[in-house]
Amino acid sequence: MNAREAGKKVGHFGVIAAFATFAAFPFAWMLVTTFKQTNDLLDPNTFPFWYHQGPTLENLRVLFEETLFLRWIGNTLFVGVCVVLITLLLAVPAGYALARLSGTVGEQLGIAIFLTYLVPPTILFIPLAKVVSTLHLQDSLFSLVLVYPSFTIPFCTWLMMGFFKAIPRDLEEAAMVDGLSRFEAFTKVILPMSVAGLLTVVIFTFTLVMQEFVYGLTFINSGSKFTVSVGVPSFLVRGDVYFWGSLMGACFIASVPIAFLYNLFVDRFISGFTVGAVKG
Amino acid sequence: MKARATVSDDERALARLLISPALIYIGAVIGVPFVLALWFSVSDVTVSSAAGHFVGLENFRSAIDDPTFRRALGNTFLFAVGSQAIVIVLSTVLAVALSKEFRGKWVVRLLILLPWVAPVSLGSIGWLWILDSIYSVINWILQHSLHVCGALGQPHCPVWLGQPNLAMASIVAVQVWRTLPLATVIQLGGLTSIPQDIHDAAAIDGAGFFRTLFQITIPLVLPIMLVAVLFGFVFAFTDMIVVWVLTRGGPYDTTQVLASLAFFKGIDGGDLAGASAVALFLLPVLTAAAILMLRLARRTEGL
Repeated sequence: MNAREAGKKVGHFGVIAAFATFAAFPFAWMLVTTFKQTNDLLDPNTFPFWYHQGPTLENLRVLFEETLFLRWIGNTLFVGVCVVLITLLLAVPAGYALARLSGTVGEQLGIAIFLTYLVPPTILFIPLAKVVSTLHLQDSLFSLVLVYPSFTIPFCTWLMMGFFKAIPRDLEEAAMVDGLSRFEAFTKVILPMSVAGLLTVVIFTFTLVMQEFVYGLTFINSGSKFTVSVGVPSFLVRGDVYFWGSLMGACFIASVPIAFLYNLFVDRFISGFTVGAVKG
Repeated sequence: MKARATVSDDERALARLLISPALIYIGAVIGVPFVLALWFSVSDVTVSSAAGHFVGLENFRSAIDDPTFRRALGNTFLFAVGSQAIVIVLSTVLAVALSKEFRGKWVVRLLILLPWVAPVSLGSIGWLWILDSIYSVINWILQHSLHVCGALGQPHCPVWLGQPNLAMASIVAVQVWRTLPLATVIQLGGLTSIPQDIHDAAAIDGAGFFRTLFQITIPLVLPIMLVAVLFGFVFAFTDMIVVWVLTRGGPYDTTQVLASLAFFKGIDGGDLAGASAVALFLLPVLTAAAILMLRLARRTEGL
């Protein structure tokens, strides 16, 4: 290896290391802070990357025993499961119909559905707040169950459409020659082959639910009904008193595990975004 | 494009049956509130009033007259354009670096994706702690490792979220942090779709790294780069989470964006009409973004 190549290698490593640090530092810092004793945390003169008074589990004990954190996780799971079910029930058949049955109109309809994904909560949350209170769903988890499919259905329909398009038509046609109806061919031949696609829908719906913030903040008022992404920033941060150790623990626990899961599916997610922009 | 199979009448009926539930649902939870938002913006409806009266363009006029609104409008563009301009540059560098094979690539990819996958509100709290006025770890490094602030005869260490310009810069930086992964992964997809022959041919012709980058790689990934940028722009343009968590629009409403202003006006303040008008100022730009995206999709589909 000559000097020039070595230099290139070091440069490459430097770029990668700098970006990885930028991306991951806040999470690493959450982890460090979680196990720090409060006195240690609040001493601005000591080296902050070290446990001067030894690590502690006290912050996590407070988080789990004295806050509503577990309740919020439970709420998030409940809303997540309901929204996943609604999304599967509506988006999967729609995606199939758009992929196979409706010709050019379907293609345009597909694009239209995808574009609704661009209508942001920012425009909708104010009228929806009024709708939710008219339906007496204010401060109920069902308001979120009702509204969240507004962004999961468009995206998942689009995702499933792409997925079904990639399955050869011959498969259903052969099944239909054997006497199945089109609908039976869909449920008995195509769906069992689409487990990977369905799983992708489940994971993405779930992450979208977990990330949602604006609707949760708007519709829910009582502490015991928040989802985790709203409960932690609005309830654990109260006035000027910050329990940084517990707060950082909550952020870390609620964000990193799901990231691992998501990482397995990310390529499919990206292809969902870029359908149309790249061939292939 | 493939020849389309003919669709029989029966199948058309089935198609309608399969699509309508999704369409009706979307119509109910997007279409209806959208129309309501248009109505609210020209009415005087509040949280407590049952129905409002038509007031014409009054809400829009009073929004434009409000200096806080004008500042928020400017901030929204600064936030969206500024963050995405930085993201284009950084994601290109990072995607080119990641397109090479190296050991431990999957770990790096996982780490780089973290900010996108983690709930934004929680990631932003991480930054709230990093940028804290007293316990900021960045300030600790500035003061104790680099010795550039905080000691006698030196300037005060920055109060990141307490000074308007610094606070806005911090907000843009956190938005860059959170959208960089998406743009990078989308661009990486574009880079890996460039056939190796093209790179080989360029190498044979003696093109260096930067020549190849600017004359071959970037033009080829341009359409996909545009997709990444448009999505990032729409997300940033309509987002309030980072602002809400880091500054709540403060100090003194200097870091409000349209989305957060609409929230504080409509939900905290109960002025549904005024808030709808503020939010609807997003619409022209969103429409333009949607049209651009359609154009892009149609043009590349014809290839």
